[in-house]
Amino acid sequence: MGSYALHRTGAAIATLAAASVIIFFFIHLIPGDPIHVLLGDTATPDQVDALRAKLGLDQPIILQYFRWLANVARGDFGTSIFFQMPVLKVIGDGAETSILLATITMIWITIIGVPVGVIAAMRHGSWLDQGLSGVAMLFASIPTFWVGLYLILIFAAWLGWLPSSGYPSIFEQGGLANLRYLLLPSLALAAPNAALILRLTRASMLDVAREDYIRTARAKGIRPMRVILRHILRNALLAVVSAFGFTFAALISEAVVTETVFALPGIGQLVVQSILRRDYPVIQGIILVTVVLYLAVNLLVDLSYRLLDPRVELQ
Amino acid sequence: MIAATRTFLVPFMRRPVAAAGLGILVLMIVTAILAPVLAPYDPSKIDPISRLLPPNAAHWFGTDQFGRDILSRVIYGARLALLIGVGVVSFALITGVPAGVLSALFPRFGRVMMRLIDVLMSFPALLLALGLIVILGRGVSNAILAIGVVYLTTTSRITYGLTLRLRTETYVEAANSMGAGAFWTIRKHVLPNLVSPLLVQASFVFAFAQLSAASLDFLGLGAPPEIPSWGNMLAEGRIFITRAPWLLFFPGFAIAITAFSLNLVGDALRDRLDPRFRDMLRK
Repeated sequence: MGSYALHRTGAAIATLAAASVIIFFFIHLIPGDPIHVLLGDTATPDQVDALRAKLGLDQPIILQYFRWLANVARGDFGTSIFFQMPVLKVIGDGAETSILLATITMIWITIIGVPVGVIAAMRHGSWLDQGLSGVAMLFASIPTFWVGLYLILIFAAWLGWLPSSGYPSIFEQGGLANLRYLLLPSLALAAPNAALILRLTRASMLDVAREDYIRTARAKGIRPMRVILRHILRNALLAVVSAFGFTFAALISEAVVTETVFALPGIGQLVVQSILRRDYPVIQGIILVTVVLYLAVNLLVDLSYRLLDPRVELQ
Repeated sequence: MIAATRTFLVPFMRRPVAAAGLGILVLMIVTAILAPVLAPYDPSKIDPISRLLPPNAAHWFGTDQFGRDILSRVIYGARLALLIGVGVVSFALITGVPAGVLSALFPRFGRVMMRLIDVLMSFPALLLALGLIVILGRGVSNAILAIGVVYLTTTSRITYGLTLRLRTETYVEAANSMGAGAFWTIRKHVLPNLVSPLLVQASFVFAFAQLSAASLDFLGLGAPPEIPSWGNMLAEGRIFITRAPWLLFFPGFAIAITAFSLNLVGDALRDRLDPRFRDMLRK
């Protein structure tokens, strides 16, 4: 386990290092002088000189990269053109909304996707199975923002049960009751991903059910329900655990659109607005933070997978 | 050719749902080609008198905030959807297949190439596309390129895995031991065997490209607003959702049904694949 963890962590760090080069060059690929890209059109000559000195823009590009990396490592992601605040502070302000949204969505995905997938697999080949699989495929094909807009129409505009947009922090006024603002967005975001987990759980249950040890378990006379839950499901969940890595990536992508639909003050909406405002340092910072997060999640998934199934070897 | 067509159609004849998917797809292609004939109105014609009309005899799908006919716009929207799908799939195949095949056949090149693909895959899909849009600017061809890069990664990964497996087949080893060159092997043994699995991959990429392009349009970072794309219609109609719910229904339905059909077609084709390839293409 030790050497496996070491190898996987090393590989993740190598990938992150390569990704950081791409993220650094992102600013240089945007048409225009990097210093004006970073400071915006309204920058004063003083600001230009200060940043030029800080980033060493007159020095070789390799050196500039390492300077940037050193700044990032110290938590200095630059300054937002729009907010005139440190980028990390701007991203941090959106973190609460995005983290809570992702957490609630993950709960939906798990409590909907896994049990329904198990039911579909248990009734394999029946009308119920085909119906559930078909509905899952349909949900995986519907744009999340379309689902979101109609959830707003039905539950906010027509029924008036839930708020249609925005999210006040639970640490300010309102407390935990503010979580109701995230109910519709998390359902919209969960729909396509729960559908994928459902399909995966079903397929993986059917794969495991064909294994010899399942036949042995049945032959021993173990009650069918116990075989399904203890023998099949436990092994089938391995594949589901490994899927949480790419589900997380899908969540980040779709949260960008969902937060825009529901006007949630999260990182997803921030990236879209920063693109429209040409606030490039913020875009760069968000991309960096999400890549780090995504690699960390994947690493955790890989390590826990290995913990659950010691047969996994390094390729 | 006839035999090949029959093999392609078999999985659909046995599965009515998949056949329906294929039918909808054909319908979409025909709609896109015949848009000027089928559309009852000019999709950009503004008619202030008939603003936000619900579906009626003159406008089957209703009209939008400028009085434009929604049915005509949905019909013309099929053109852009088809263009995006074909564009993204072509880009992903043209770049991803050579990258994957060459990586599998030339390990030293492959190590570098696949590391590069790993790095690209460490960016969540939409963020990678958005980053590219920031550099390239908004527009249809830039959207195709940005989404294409996302799916170039998965396509090359799958091609790489498939080619590695094909390399260990006895007939490929036999050809190699008789002195066949790498490119002869690619042409004679690798590429013909990649056609079916890549067809499956292409239908999934086509489906996801629809959803990605719609997201970009919806965020105002895809096709220019004057183009009647389904995503643009949703973006523009958004603020009228409570006054005119039908405004968003039809374009959204068009996106969903297109992606759904492609997923059904991909599923049906995958189930017909050689089992050794099937597990590599599971979503």
